[in-house]
Amino acid sequence: MTAVITGVGVLAPSGSSLAGHWETVTGGTSRVGPISLFDASRYPTRLAGEVRGFDPAGRVDGRLLVQTDRWTWLGFDAAEQALADAGLDLSTLDPYDVSVVLASSSGGNQFGQKELQRLWSQPSRTVGAYQSIAWFYAATVGQLSIRHQAKGPSNVLVAESAGGLDSLAHAVRIIRRGTPVVLAGGLEAPLSPYALACQIRSGRLSTLDDPERAYAPFDVDAAGYVPGEGGAVFVVEDREHARARGATIYAEIAGHASTHDGVHSVEGEPVPSRQYERAMRVALERAEVEPGEVDAVLPDAVGVPAADRAEAEAITAVFGACGVSVTTSKPLTGRLYQGGAALDVATALASMRAGVLPASSGTRVRAPGCELDLVPANRTSDVDTVLVGARGFDGYNSSVVLRAHRPREAA
Amino acid sequence: MTGIPRPGLGERRTVVTGVGVVAPGGVGAKAFWSLLTDGRTATRRISMFDPAPFRSQVAAEVDFDPVEAGLGARDRRRGDRYVQFALAAAAEAVADSGLEFDDERLSERTGVVLGSAVGGTTALEDEYVVLSDTGRDWLVDPHYASPFLYQALVPSSLAADVAVRHGATGPVQVVSTGCTSGIDAIGYAHQLVQDGEADVVLAGASESPLSPVTAASFDAIKATTPDNDDPAHASRPFDRDRTGFVLGEGGAVLVLEELEHARRRGASIYCEVTGYAARSNGFHMTGLRPDGVEMSLAIDEAMRQGRHDPDDVSYICAHGSGTRQNDRHETAAFKRSLGPAAYRVPISSIKSMIGHSLGAIGALEMAACALAIRTDTVPPTANWANRDPECDLDYIPNTARELPVDVALSVGSGFGGFQSAMIFAGLREALR
Repeated sequence: MTAVITGVGVLAPSGSSLAGHWETVTGGTSRVGPISLFDASRYPTRLAGEVRGFDPAGRVDGRLLVQTDRWTWLGFDAAEQALADAGLDLSTLDPYDVSVVLASSSGGNQFGQKELQRLWSQPSRTVGAYQSIAWFYAATVGQLSIRHQAKGPSNVLVAESAGGLDSLAHAVRIIRRGTPVVLAGGLEAPLSPYALACQIRSGRLSTLDDPERAYAPFDVDAAGYVPGEGGAVFVVEDREHARARGATIYAEIAGHASTHDGVHSVEGEPVPSRQYERAMRVALERAEVEPGEVDAVLPDAVGVPAADRAEAEAITAVFGACGVSVTTSKPLTGRLYQGGAALDVATALASMRAGVLPASSGTRVRAPGCELDLVPANRTSDVDTVLVGARGFDGYNSSVVLRAHRPREAA
Repeated sequence: MTGIPRPGLGERRTVVTGVGVVAPGGVGAKAFWSLLTDGRTATRRISMFDPAPFRSQVAAEVDFDPVEAGLGARDRRRGDRYVQFALAAAAEAVADSGLEFDDERLSERTGVVLGSAVGGTTALEDEYVVLSDTGRDWLVDPHYASPFLYQALVPSSLAADVAVRHGATGPVQVVSTGCTSGIDAIGYAHQLVQDGEADVVLAGASESPLSPVTAASFDAIKATTPDNDDPAHASRPFDRDRTGFVLGEGGAVLVLEELEHARRRGASIYCEVTGYAARSNGFHMTGLRPDGVEMSLAIDEAMRQGRHDPDDVSYICAHGSGTRQNDRHETAAFKRSLGPAAYRVPISSIKSMIGHSLGAIGALEMAACALAIRTDTVPPTANWANRDPECDLDYIPNTARELPVDVALSVGSGFGGFQSAMIFAGLREALR
């Protein structure tokens, strides 16, 4: 059994389609800016990557609009895109042959905050009828399964930023067990006043105001990350199923592994790298790929100095000193948590298709201990095998190996 | 047919070798099982906050003392209540299993997969009230927030804290599929073992949802009972006069282990996970069609994996939430999947005694299935008094029964349309 990706939907600060996202990435254009969704001027973090110009009114019907959060609207749109891109008309499939597995770190934040406000600011302790279905972590997957009549085994994963990759791994498990089509990926909408306050308490957010410098992973000036919203959704499909319907295949999900640090990170002390390194090694082993065959690594690139050093250490341990091209576009969009790992997968697929490794963004002067071979400028190159790495707050590590689909192999 | 090798995904089989429980009515698997088999209820008037403004004012609360439960200062200070439940339940399960994580290879091969539907919601609400000046400020001030507020927003800390406690460095995950989170977390863990991604997984779920926002959310859709006068008898699944569910809290963690791994170390095995399946109804976020088709299809698939016949099923641990739509939905599903055998199989809802703890309850119900198999006793449905013409199966009214329990089926149904089924089977035939 081989699981392949046949459709991509992107809704991110970098663009509202894979093509738009790729244009932003290859143009090196920063889409980070002052928060416009609410007045963040009194917050220590005032920059974010927002999905601009997204008008749900035209895309989500009015009844659903009042029952769901912005996070779910983004999910509706990204899933539609992915299905259209895959050329898949779900009405032609058995509903039980389709599953939805998304990762999400925080639920319907804006909706939830409005209801908390209603509950506590008025004498009667009440919330609206939709609080029970709009805020919780499973809301978007539930809504998507209803909208698309996807009645196969679904799931919702919460592994902070690593979950975007774990959702692809779980899609593979589901396909292995006989469900041929899975919508997978991750989306976040963490830009509500209260959710931002929560994120600030992690101590990992950048408080700088210059959109070009606020999020600078692996850089001497790295000062944390800028948050962002959005993500990516994929159609993951059994390769035989995809071939039988003549689908265009982006890539194969060749290997995945997730590990945990097994210890809490302590502020001021080095961030552990061994288990992250092991996640990469095991993913490569499962993909039957040697480190030397990997064309590029898309790292977690969190922009927190100790974590950047740990990531550089892990990559160097697996691939050797400057042994692999590394590129990140996270500084252009902000960190979208689970959505960010999914968006990196989208970037990898676009890169394979275009035969271009995009320049890595955000790093001007590499910090000591971060001596990675960061791609300095867009480079034309065969991009066949890519490793995407992601780390979640509190010790989560994941790694996915993607292998480009070669049409000649299909013959 | 129990326990014979099955074709399909390879030879790796998953067994349960440890059980840990934190539940209303008593902390620890022993207290849990004694409450259930005595048919006692742990539902009472809510004491954790003032329930007076709410339509439903009863819940099944856990009397939990973190110090007594052996939690260290850091876990007491940092942990949300639902994380503390999980830490206590995991510690009990690990001790019960006899595993010692003193070997790096074992740590690497050990995962943690825990479920929760609403995660840190109580901590999020408590902090919100302070930071927003009881809802006056839309732009809440982050400066005075708890240092652990981010962990409340993102519940991945649930499984991370348990992994750190036991030094597990294998795959770690939090599964959040609403009220099927417990079964789905154990199902995810089972698949990790089957696929060779882990040899041992601490799997289960935990929830502490008792707070004003939770009460108000279920009030708004009239899902919880308005029967506040007699809290001890407020949860009445499958009874004609049921009036909605009673909220609960708690957690359960099982040690799942690859069969040969467990055998090699001479572990005491409770049962085997012989089937797990999930389906979505694609119908409605909260509504259920009375025919129960999707739940039935999940049961059918779990039965197929375990090669179980309807006549093999010894016990069904029902979802039994105590809403009319649920009770007839799952009654229809049991009939559709088991045929005439549905009328013979004893069925009970432990929610009648410990309430509905949302994401945790599925794990508590799987713990009950493991204990039913070990003790050959099935717990009753408490508070059952009046037969409902729509629910005409054997719901084990009020009194536990001793009977040989070889195959225990449990089901869950949740907001979002999720329907899950899992089967535990005793190993007496296979391993004797």
